[in-house]
Amino acid sequence: MAASLVPKIYRSANKPTWCPGCGDYGVLEATTRALATLQVEPHRVAVVSGIGCSSRFPIFLNAYGFHSVHGRVLPIATGLKVANPELTVLAVGGDGDGLAIGAGHFPHAARRNPDITYIMMDNSIYGLTKGQISPTSRLQQRSSTTPWGNVDRPLNPVAMAVAAGASFVARGVSWAVAELADLIRQGIEHRGFAFIHAVSPCPTFNNTLAQIKPRVAPLPQGYDPTDPVRAFELALHTEALHTGVLYREPETIPYEERLAALEPPTVQDRQTFLQSLIDAYR
Amino acid sequence: MQPIDLVFRFGGESGEGVISCGEIFAQAAARAGREIYTVRTFPAEIRGGHAVYQVRVGDDLLLSQGDRVDVLVAFNGEGYEKGLPDLRPGGILVCDGDQVTPDPSFDGTAYPIPFTTLARDQVGSLRAKNMVVLGAVAELFDLPREVLFSLVAQRFARKGEEAQEANRRALEAGAAYVRDHVTKQDPYRIGTGPHTGRVVLSGNEAVALGALAAGLTFFAGYPITPASDIMENLVRWLPQVGGRLVQAEDEIAALAMVLGASFGGARAMTATSGPGLSLMVELLGLASAAELPAVVVDVQRAGPSTGMPTKEEQGDLNLAVWGAHGEGPRIVLGATSVADAFQTTVQAFDLAERYQCPVIVLSDQFLGFRKASVAPPPVDEIRPSYRILARRNGAYRRFQLTESGISPAAVPGMVGLQHVITGLEHDEFGRPAYDPARRTQMMAKRARKMALAAQEPGMTRRWGHPEPVLGVLGWGSQEGVIREAVARANREGYRVAALHTRMLWPLPHGEIRAFLRQVKAVLVPEVNFSGQFANLLRTQFTIEPHRLTKSDGLPFRPVDIYEKIKEVYPDGR
Repeated sequence: MAASLVPKIYRSANKPTWCPGCGDYGVLEATTRALATLQVEPHRVAVVSGIGCSSRFPIFLNAYGFHSVHGRVLPIATGLKVANPELTVLAVGGDGDGLAIGAGHFPHAARRNPDITYIMMDNSIYGLTKGQISPTSRLQQRSSTTPWGNVDRPLNPVAMAVAAGASFVARGVSWAVAELADLIRQGIEHRGFAFIHAVSPCPTFNNTLAQIKPRVAPLPQGYDPTDPVRAFELALHTEALHTGVLYREPETIPYEERLAALEPPTVQDRQTFLQSLIDAYR
Repeated sequence: MQPIDLVFRFGGESGEGVISCGEIFAQAAARAGREIYTVRTFPAEIRGGHAVYQVRVGDDLLLSQGDRVDVLVAFNGEGYEKGLPDLRPGGILVCDGDQVTPDPSFDGTAYPIPFTTLARDQVGSLRAKNMVVLGAVAELFDLPREVLFSLVAQRFARKGEEAQEANRRALEAGAAYVRDHVTKQDPYRIGTGPHTGRVVLSGNEAVALGALAAGLTFFAGYPITPASDIMENLVRWLPQVGGRLVQAEDEIAALAMVLGASFGGARAMTATSGPGLSLMVELLGLASAAELPAVVVDVQRAGPSTGMPTKEEQGDLNLAVWGAHGEGPRIVLGATSVADAFQTTVQAFDLAERYQCPVIVLSDQFLGFRKASVAPPPVDEIRPSYRILARRNGAYRRFQLTESGISPAAVPGMVGLQHVITGLEHDEFGRPAYDPARRTQMMAKRARKMALAAQEPGMTRRWGHPEPVLGVLGWGSQEGVIREAVARANREGYRVAALHTRMLWPLPHGEIRAFLRQVKAVLVPEVNFSGQFANLLRTQFTIEPHRLTKSDGLPFRPVDIYEKIKEVYPDGR
C-alpha cells in the first residue's frame, strides 16, 4: 500500500450540490481525511446512502457508491458487508432518513453489529424538500409543516444508539473537521457497528449554528467510554452537546464474523452437498 | 402389479397429526414406487380448526389432485362431515369408530375402526392416534409394511428410542386391528409400483434446492406463511456451502439486504408472500433503475390484506407485473409444478444476472405446500450465468449505452472501477442527470433489455390438439390440472390445446401470438377473482378471452376446467 493516498483522492469529479455553508461539506472533508489516514484504497471502500441532502454524499466520493431509496441505508449496508466482508463499508444519511422513515432499521443494525460505520448528518430539518420539521427538530420549532410550532418531541439519536446496543457511539460537529475526521477514523477502525452523530446545521432552512456552538462541550475529565450507563446519562444531558467517543464496547465480534463462525463449520463442495440433500428426499 | 389411481383424503382436527399422517403415507407410497400428488390445507391457527391432507396415488404422471376422493380417512366427526360431499359415490370411508357413525344412507364401504380406544388403551397416549390411523390404513390398502416402518423410524430418528418404540406400537396396533377385525371389501391395493428412485418434494423445497443449485450465496427474509419454510431450509443449507442468511426485521429490510448483497457481488434472493411483496415494491423499482440482479420468490396466498394466509390464490400477478411507480425492467416467472419450481428458480437467477434486473418468481400456497414424486433434479447440468463484468478501460461507464441495453457491471473491490449507482435517473457514469435527451436514452436502454428477454426460448409449454379451435391459456401452478382437463376433452373429441406461459413479464409475444392465430376462442382459467392474466392478455394482444376464475381459497379440479371447455367451445365439436 503506497502511502500516497491523500484526502482529495477520495473525492470524485462531481461537485457537491449542497448550499454554500452547509455542514455536510465538513463531514465530507472529515470522511476523506479519515480514509486517507487509514490509507484504504478507494476500490475497497463502499459508501451506501438513502435519500436527502446528505445522502448525495456517495456521488461526491471516489469509491463504490450506492445512493439508494429513502430510509433503507442500514439494511443495504448490512447486506453488502455480509456479502463482501473485505470492504470498508460506510453508511451515510440524514436524521430524516435514519430516524423517521428508516428508524425501524436503526436498532436492528445496532444489535446485529455489522462492521459498518454509520454517519448520521443531523440538521434537524428536511432540506431537500425545503424545510419541514424532522424527528430531531426541537419543540415549538416553526417550519413549513409546523406553522404554529412543532408539538412532536425530538428524538435523541445518541441515546437511541446506546440503548439499542451500538458497540461504538460518537458525536462530532461539522465545523470541527479535525476532531470529526478522527472520530470517523476510530469508527472505521472499530470492529462492529459504529454510530457517528455528526451535527451538521442547515444554513438555508434551519440555521442553528449560533445556538448549537455554545452548547458543544468536550467529554468530562476522566470519562470512561466503556460504561454504557454513563454514556446514556451523558446522552440524556442535552443542555450540553458532548463530542467525542461516548461509548465503545471493548471486545465485539462483528455480525459477519458471527455468521461465518456458525455451525456447521465445514464448507462443502456445493454440488456434492446438493446431491446429498436431494438424496435425503428419496 | 396393478396400475392404480386413487385419491386418499385425511381429515380431522388440526393438531391431531392429520398432516404428518398424510405426509408419511404419501412418502411411503412414493418409496413403494407409486407416483404421488398431495394437497394440504390447514387453518392459520397452530391448533384447532379443520386440517386436510389429500394424496393421489397412481402410476401415470399425476397432474392434479384429481376430481374426487376415493378413500376418506376421518379422524373425527368434522373430518367425516366435511369430507363426505367430495367422496365419490360408492367410495370408501375409514373413520374413527369411537367418534363417527356413518349415516344410514351412506352407499359406500365403511371401515369404522376405534382409533381413539386403540391409541388410549394399547399405546397409552391419545397423541399416538395418527400413527394408529397410519398403521391401519397401510394394512387395509397393502402399503408395504417394511417401507412404512423404516420411513417412520427415519423421520423420528432424533426423538429417541422411547418415542420410536411408541410409534412402532401405534402402527402395529392399527395394523393388528385391521388384520383381526376387518374384512376387506374393496379391491384397492397400493403394493409396489414401477416408479422407484423418485424424490418427494414440496414446491417450497424445490425452490430452496433450486436456489442452492443456482449458486445462491445470500438470502434475507422475514417469516410469512406460506413461504417461511424456504428460509427455514436455506438457513440450514447455505452455511454449509459458504453462503449467508439473515432474518431481517421486515420485508423491506429483507429486499434491501438482498440489493446490498447483490451490489457486493452475491447471487441474492428473498422469499415472501403477497403482503411482503407489497412492502418490497419501492425497492423493486430501485433494482430496476440501478440495474441490480435480485430474485424475489412470492408464494402467493389469498388476499387482499392479510386475507386467508393458508389458502390458495393466484392473486399477485397484477402486483408482480405492474406494482411500481414509473416504468423499469423486471422479469416475472410463474412456477408451474414441483419439478418446474426447481427449474424456474434456477432460471430466475440466470435471467437476473444476465439482464441485471429483479426477477419475481410467482409460486403459491397450493404449489408451495403440496408434495409430488419427481425425478431427482440433475444438479451437475446447472451452469447459471453471472453478470457480465467490466474490464478496466479508461473512465468506467457503469450504465454504458449498448445495443442490448446490458452494460458490463463492476463489483466493489475491483480496482479502478469505482462508480456510484442510484435510483435517480442518471447518465452512463451513474451521475444524476435529468436532461431530456439522456433520460430518453436511459429509458430506452433499460427497455431494450426487456425486448431481448421477451425472446427467451422455452417460456411456454404447449400440449393438446395440434389444430385446435379452442385455446386454453394458463399460468403458474394450474398447469397440471389444465393439462388433465385438456387431455380429457381431447379424448372426447374436442379440438382443444393449451399453452402454458412460464414467463409472465415480458410476455413471450411470438409464441403466444402464433398460438392465438390458430384458435377461434381462448379460455383463461386462473385462481383469482377478476382474471388477472386474462386482463394482461387482453391489453397485450387485444383479445377477449373467456374467463374461468375462482377465489374460494382452493385450486381447480380438472372437472371444473373440463366443464368450462365444453361450455365455451366454439361451434360444436
